[in-house]
Amino acid sequence: MAILEVQHVSKSFGNTEVLKDISFSLEKGKVLSLIGSSGSGKTTLLRCLNFLERPDGGVIRVNGEMLFDAADPATMQEGEIRRKRLHFGLVFQSFNLFPQYTALQNVMLAKELLAKEKPDYKSKKKEIHAQIEAEAKNFLDQMGLSDRMDNYPHQLSGGQCQRVAIARALALKPDILCFDEPTSALDPELTGEVLKVIKGLADQETTMIIVTHEMAFARDVSSQVIFMDGGCIMEQGTPEEVFEHPKEERTKQFLSRFTNQ
Amino acid sequence: MEFSEQFPIVVQALNVGFLQTLKLFFVTLLGAIPLGLIISFGSMSRFKPLSFITKIIVWIIRGTPLMIQLLIVYFMPGLMGNNIWGGGESGRFLAASVAFIFNYACYFSEIYRGGIQGVPAGQEEAGLVLGMTKTQIFFKVKLLQMIKRIVPPMSNEIITLVKDTSLSRIIALQEVIWAGQSFMKGNMGIAGVIWPLFFTAVYYLIFNGILTVLLGRLEKKLEYFR
Ligand SMILES: Nc1ncnc2c1ncn2[C@@H]1O[C@H](COP(=O)(O)OP(=O)(O)OP(=O)(O)O)[C@@H](O)[C@H]1O
Ligand SMILES: [Mg+2]
Repeated sequence: MAILEVQHVSKSFGNTEVLKDISFSLEKGKVLSLIGSSGSGKTTLLRCLNFLERPDGGVIRVNGEMLFDAADPATMQEGEIRRKRLHFGLVFQSFNLFPQYTALQNVMLAKELLAKEKPDYKSKKKEIHAQIEAEAKNFLDQMGLSDRMDNYPHQLSGGQCQRVAIARALALKPDILCFDEPTSALDPELTGEVLKVIKGLADQETTMIIVTHEMAFARDVSSQVIFMDGGCIMEQGTPEEVFEHPKEERTKQFLSRFTNQ
Repeated sequence: MEFSEQFPIVVQALNVGFLQTLKLFFVTLLGAIPLGLIISFGSMSRFKPLSFITKIIVWIIRGTPLMIQLLIVYFMPGLMGNNIWGGGESGRFLAASVAFIFNYACYFSEIYRGGIQGVPAGQEEAGLVLGMTKTQIFFKVKLLQMIKRIVPPMSNEIITLVKDTSLSRIIALQEVIWAGQSFMKGNMGIAGVIWPLFFTAVYYLIFNGILTVLLGRLEKKLEYFR
């Protein structure tokens, strides 16, 4: 069964329809790349999945659980949304690290706040804290940041910041980790280190949705590619199908911009 | 009277006056810091009539001299047939406090607004996708960033406030300038000297010096992040 099912999702801002009848599904452990020109609705789609925007129509299911149904207001209760968000992680183009916390604290913060809400927190404070810290260090290690844990974001390069942001998202163990152009804010020589850790996650079968303009990377890392245009899914399939044998004229046009570079 | 005889008498009178200055200063801060926050929330409210009215009030208060506001606050009630302040120094102090708190709260509210809106929306969004509540995001993520942003402009306002307290002289509040001036007309056997009035500047200078150091330290403390 698919871990994520999105059906007929639509979203408008005022009179502009930004997402039109978006449907797709994603298997556990697979990587989906979302490509498409600027303004095609890729960011909006990720924001809908993470409950930063509320779709006007459609259904979102994770592991068979109905997370969002536009026809059922009960799925939109504020308190519930917080819990549902945790099925997804989101890595932003601009990192959005918390500047007043070190790399390690950035990774630990949300987890600690969640732990504080548990009934047994008071009695096991120390152990819980130690465990969260150990896990956070593990994730930072995995991101190649063992020697950067006590640095503040302004002391880190863009690539290091983005890797901290990835560790921060991983720390909550989301079912599906979303990336919104994770390397677009980086100098070209720094994109490689970030793509490398994402590739590492893919190899460990982390379920991911990646919005990217790095076509070679998308092709290499994903098992499924969606090309969006004007708020619609124009074409979807395996990287082979979409990149090698695109059926739609729009897809061909879009891809030719990258191959001619 | 010799200068050396005058000096201790004058200093004692100025000390008493400066105590009143300090009182007005601290009462203003104590009132204006929270009131400013309420006003800033009002001006940022999504409820249009509220934000409109708040903005008008802030515009009026910031657009007119504090001295006029002091006069209006002090004399208006009496002119309308109900002198709520009563006579005496305590009445004048109360009236001055009200005018100062209101005036400074309006200035502070604009600083707060800048500080609150200056925190990028991405900070809140990052918190939300990590499953934090809005309250957690405010206290754990945004508050310190706001404080860092507002400390420098607040420092400026606070140092201006020290000097602005002298405006309360207009309603005869017995602060340090009033005390210095009293030796011109004649007070405690000293009359016709102007140096005590000049000497009040030393009080302001020393107090502002201390404040500058303290606020500078706070600013330094927050420099560990950007
Ligand atoms: N909050 C908003 N209010 C109004 N319009 C918006 C809002 N957010 C996005 N849009 C519009 O929705 C459309 C899709 O935007 P979106 O950011 O999802 O595109 P994108 O595919 O991520 O583009 P890019 O590659 O430039 O990041 C754009 O036309 C954009 O102007
Ligand atoms: Mg985008």
